[in-house]
Parts: sequence; structure tokens; C-alpha cells
Amino acid sequence: MPMLIRGARVIDPGHLDRPSDVLIDGDRIESVQAAHTISIAPGTAEVVEADGLWLTPGLIDLHVHLREPGQEYKETILTGSQAAAAGGFTAVCTMPNTDPVNDDPAITALILEKAAAAGLVRVFPVAAISKGLKGERLCEFGELKQAGAIGVSDDGRPVMNSLLMRRALEYAAGFGLKVISHCEDLHLAEGGAMNEGALGTRMGLAGIPNAAESVMVMRDIALAALTGAPVHIAHVSARESVMAIRRAKEDGIPVTAETAPHYFTLTEAAVEGYNTHAKMNPPLRSDEDREAIRQGLADGTLDFIATDHAPHSILEKEVEFDRAANGIIGLETALPLSLRLVAEGVLTVEKLVTCMAVAPARFLGLTAGVRPGLTADLTLIDPQKAFVVRAEQSKSKSRNTPFDGWSLKGRAVMTIVGGGVVFRE
Amino acid sequence: MPLERKDILDITSLSVEEIELILDTAESMREISERPIKKVPVLRGKTIILFFYEPSTRTRLSFDLAAKRLSADTLSISADMSSLVKGETLLDTAKNIESMRPDAVILRHAFSGAPHFLAKRLKASVINAGDGTHAHPSQALLDMLTVRQHKGRLSGLKIAIVGDITHSRVARSDCEGFIKMGAEVVLAGPPTMMPKGIEILGARVAPTVEAAVEGADVIIMLRIQKERQKSFSMATEREYARHFGLNRQRAALAKKDVLIMHPGPINRGVEMSPDVADGPGSIILEQVTNGVAVRMALLYLVLGGGRNADVD
Repeated sequence: MPMLIRGARVIDPGHLDRPSDVLIDGDRIESVQAAHTISIAPGTAEVVEADGLWLTPGLIDLHVHLREPGQEYKETILTGSQAAAAGGFTAVCTMPNTDPVNDDPAITALILEKAAAAGLVRVFPVAAISKGLKGERLCEFGELKQAGAIGVSDDGRPVMNSLLMRRALEYAAGFGLKVISHCEDLHLAEGGAMNEGALGTRMGLAGIPNAAESVMVMRDIALAALTGAPVHIAHVSARESVMAIRRAKEDGIPVTAETAPHYFTLTEAAVEGYNTHAKMNPPLRSDEDREAIRQGLADGTLDFIATDHAPHSILEKEVEFDRAANGIIGLETALPLSLRLVAEGVLTVEKLVTCMAVAPARFLGLTAGVRPGLTADLTLIDPQKAFVVRAEQSKSKSRNTPFDGWSLKGRAVMTIVGGGVVFRE
Repeated sequence: MPLERKDILDITSLSVEEIELILDTAESMREISERPIKKVPVLRGKTIILFFYEPSTRTRLSFDLAAKRLSADTLSISADMSSLVKGETLLDTAKNIESMRPDAVILRHAFSGAPHFLAKRLKASVINAGDGTHAHPSQALLDMLTVRQHKGRLSGLKIAIVGDITHSRVARSDCEGFIKMGAEVVLAGPPTMMPKGIEILGARVAPTVEAAVEGADVIIMLRIQKERQKSFSMATEREYARHFGLNRQRAALAKKDVLIMHPGPINRGVEMSPDVADGPGSIILEQVTNGVAVRMALLYLVLGGGRNADVD
């Protein structure tokens, strides 16, 4: 049955921002008209009364870890898809550091098969740059592309060998694959458990300096300039990285970048008390870094907000800080945390929707919008909905979030993928 | 008056009054070790587990003696015999320890924050016997006791701490302790061994060892580990000794009655020349003696012995 979403403020950056009626038929958007002007015969369409809500193109998360195959006790493609849908996401890109690693077309195909069986959000596999993420030889990019990979990354590990990175950029560009770079100089970061600075010094935790990230960001920019092939920088955390990317964009070098909600929300202070839910890689940084990340999003230096959703069980988190795994879950808190940037005047609503939906779609070669004829991947948001984050109620299999107990405002109330409702509150 | 706290995790969380209480109690404990019968019954019936995940001779011996002189029952678990080698997590180990109903657990661990982790999950008192590069509160307390004994006070003294500050939990706890008690702390060492933001502890970083020890009342030298060559923090031990070690010429820059200290074990000829280690002003062995007294005080105060028994 067709669906009529009535009266929502449609936010389609560059195209439309006003209360409208949206009629969905099949997997397409049929019609978009002024609010309360589409009339339909009773019983011929499901009507969703949406006055006061926002309807945006479907949110896309370019960076998640769904842990399947191999670590199903942390997350599966099904539970990860459920968490994504509940967070308002219509599509996610899964990183290749599964077990076995997604460095083989058979693994890529398996991920797509499981995603189809889950039947919720679109899952775009990112395959490995190097076999086994070992940094020794290139994966078969052509075969991986044919199997359905949209990009390559050794995420979780950097490509330390600069020649391998150069070749990966060149080789991937030939197949139209994105290269997503986890920027970390392993020597500078060695032994580190949190941001390098006064707090880490007092707590006796070895530090990871900003430069461990920024030297690799600068290297990758140099390689993009050398090869002319685009590079995408994952999870930017440091002020110096933002500055380098800003400069590279001014110089016309093909670089894009993402950051995660925790980097514009938290600082290293969250680690106090040896809180392993504040342990991630790259680490939470200083106040100045958080400010630079916000500024980078505001001025377009950072193109996307991606979660780096990294589920871990209690086995990996309820241990000594040095032993604890890096990362937090993020799919269900990303939108409300990002809405805080709008409330604080850092981003306009249009800019937010661009960072979370339109720009990621463009990155993937898709068109996201709320316009007749486009695929009906849509997110319905209640911007006023106040709620308290409850980790134990997460759709994810894991509970590792530093935002447990936080009072937030605004969240997805309905997620539509290909015209079908995959989440409804 | 007992300490109104379950655990001793670091110097950061201790108040000036608490530190004074511990030092004063340690003064009276010291006498027990001089008696022909070195035992008082104040902790009779208490069980204390010495849990050493990291090798240690001196600190473990010192805590063990302290507990025994107060008549507590002790048992010792070390990393090589613990379930850790069988893959048990610290959490499971904690739960198992809890089931045996100990009154206190004394923990030495290679990872910073491990005692805090345990303290949150155990009803028993947790005493930190050194965690990673974070804290070594009993060492700082015994250092303060030793200096106070010689100088009669801590406030107004200039304390120089020299060596690998980055990897030293002793340096961090000493810094916080001496500064809390009104002393001035100056740090020195190669820049490769000076952690970022160390000024947060209230210490000043001197440009050279000479500048740090000049006019000092106390010099605390830290142990240098040869492994530091692997992380490129130093070139050779020989060069370290020449540029950053304490020899007689450098020691002469300090006050005439300077006290020379070291948490041990010493690398003779590296951070300290033998004539300084054994020379006038060296109170390194008194530190060891006071270590037992301070640990007796900590156990006595934390386990509430003061509530129903008397030291005499």
C-alpha cells in the first residue's frame, strides 16, 4: 500500500525546506506537495501524521563495524542493522576487520547475503586494502568490486608502507573504489592508551600524540596529490589533521574526511576514573581539538559525520584500561548527539542533513533527496523528543557507550528503506 | 583515629590531614620493629592477600613483614602462580578473591588503574603497591617519612627528582605528596623521559640536572632501565651516567646537608655513582626500614585496628 507522510518539514538541502506532504508508492517517492494538500481516498494509502516532525533523506553511516563474520558475540549483521534502523540510518558501510578479514570476494558476498536476509538497511561492504590487513600485498580490488565492495580500507590498522598506500590509491581509482584511510603512525602511537597530555601523564597512561594521526593525514594528502587519486580520511580527531585537510582542499587535492560524534562531543576528560567506555582509537582529545573538529564540520573541511560504531562485549571492556578494546557503539546516539550541534548553533539543519545523508550518498555515487522519482530512503525525525540513553535497551548486541544515562533531545521515529518501514517507534 | 576510607589507591585522593595521620602513626610503628619480640596483636584474625602481578621483592617483603608484625595472616600470590597465566581475567580473579573473605588486598600491577578497578569491585580494602606508571603511594609516604625524620618538616624544602619521569610511578606519587605537604619539587632528566604536561602535578621542570639539584634539600634519583634504548629514550647507559647521573660534583651543588634517596634497586654507575650511593647524606637504607613502618601504619589505619586495640 502507498504511504502518505503528511505535514512533516521536508529538509532536502539545496532543494526544499518547508512543511510538505510526501507520497511514497512502491520503492519510489511518488509526489511531494505543500503540506496538507495531497488528498487520497480513505483506505488507499497508509497515512502518517507528521506535523512538527522532520523528513530527511535517509541517513548514511560511512563507518561501522558489524563484526560478522567471526565475532558474532559482539554484533551480527542483523543486530547491527536493527541498531542502524533505530538510529535513523538507511545505509551503512561495514569495515573489513572481521574474522576472517573481508579481503576475499567470498566474504564480501557473504556479508551482502546476510544483509539481504536481515532485510533492513542497505549494507555496503568495505573490503581490505591488504591481504589479512597485514600491509604486505594488495587485495584483488577488481574481484572485490565485482563482488559488491564499494571501497577499500585496512581500518583498525594503518597502511604504514607509503608505497603500498600509493599503489592502493592508484589501483583503487582505476576500479572506481573509494580508499578509506585509518591514519595512525604505529611507532608514534606505540603503547598508547589515551591522548598524550597532562591528564594521561597524571593517570600514568601512555599517550598517543595528535601527530600520530596528523603525520599520516599529511602523508596521505601528499600521496593523493602525487597520484591524483582521491583519498578519504576516517575518524578525524586532531586539530592538526583538520588544518592539513583544510589546506589540501584549498589546494584542490582530492581529499574527503569524516569525524565521529564522540570527537565533537567528548574530550579526554571522559577517561578519568579509568573509564574504558571512553577508550578509543584515535583517542578522545583535548578541548582545543574538539573545538577544531566542530569548526571543521561547520566550514566543510570535514565532509561527513560517521559513527565508527565499534561493538565490544563486557569481556573486552571490563578489564584493566590498558587491556581494554578500543571503540564504542554509536548508531543509536549519532543523530541526537549531532542535533546538539544544531541546538548550539555550530551547524544549520541543512548542513547537518548534508553531513549525515546527502554528502555520504554522493560519496557512494547515490542520489539522496526527497523528490519525486528518487528511491524512498527516508528518515522521519522528532526534533523535540527528549529521552535518556539506556545502554541496556540498545538494539546492538553490545553496551559499550560512554553516553549511558545522558539526556538527549531529538531522534528518529521512523526509518524507511526502499519504501518499506524498517523502524517505527 | 582510623582513616575514614576503604582503600589507599594514590596520593591524589589523600588529604594533607590523612597524610599527616599516616606519617604520625608510622612514627609509632617504627619502634615495634626495634623490639626483641617484633609483633603486636592489633590485626589478629585479619586476612591480607598480597597480590603481585608484577615481580617485586622489596615492596612485597615490606608489606608482608608489616602485616606479620601486626599479627595478620598473609598469603602471597604472584603472577607466575596465579590463574592469570591460565587466562583468567582480573574481574574473575577479583570475584574469587572476594569469596575467600579477605580483609585487605595489596595489589602490584603492571597496568595503571588496576587497583582502582579492583577497589570498585571488592568489599575488602585495596592498597596499591604500585600500578603501571601511575602511582606508588606507600613509597611516597615512606619517602616523606624519611625526609621528615631528618629535616623535622617537609614544607619549604626543595626536592629534586632526577631520571626517567615518564615511566616512574614513584616520581608521580612523590611529586604529589611532597607538594601537598608544602615542599617545592623540581624535576630533571633527558627530554625524552619527561612526560607532556607533567606540570599538572605542581612540579617545575628544570633545564638541566645541575639546575635541579642546585640548593636542593633532597635529591631523589630514579632507576634507569636499559630497555629504554628500544624506545629511543636514551642512547647508552654510559652517556646517561655522564650527563644525567648523580656524581659527587653534581651532588656538591646541593645544600651541604642534602639527603640522597633512591627507591631501589640501584643501577650503580648509571644513575648514581657508588661514592654518592654509599656516601654521606645517603639515606637509601633508612627508606627501606621506614617502608615497613609506613606499611604497618597503612594496614593498621585502613583495617580499623585503632578502633578496638592499642599499638602498645
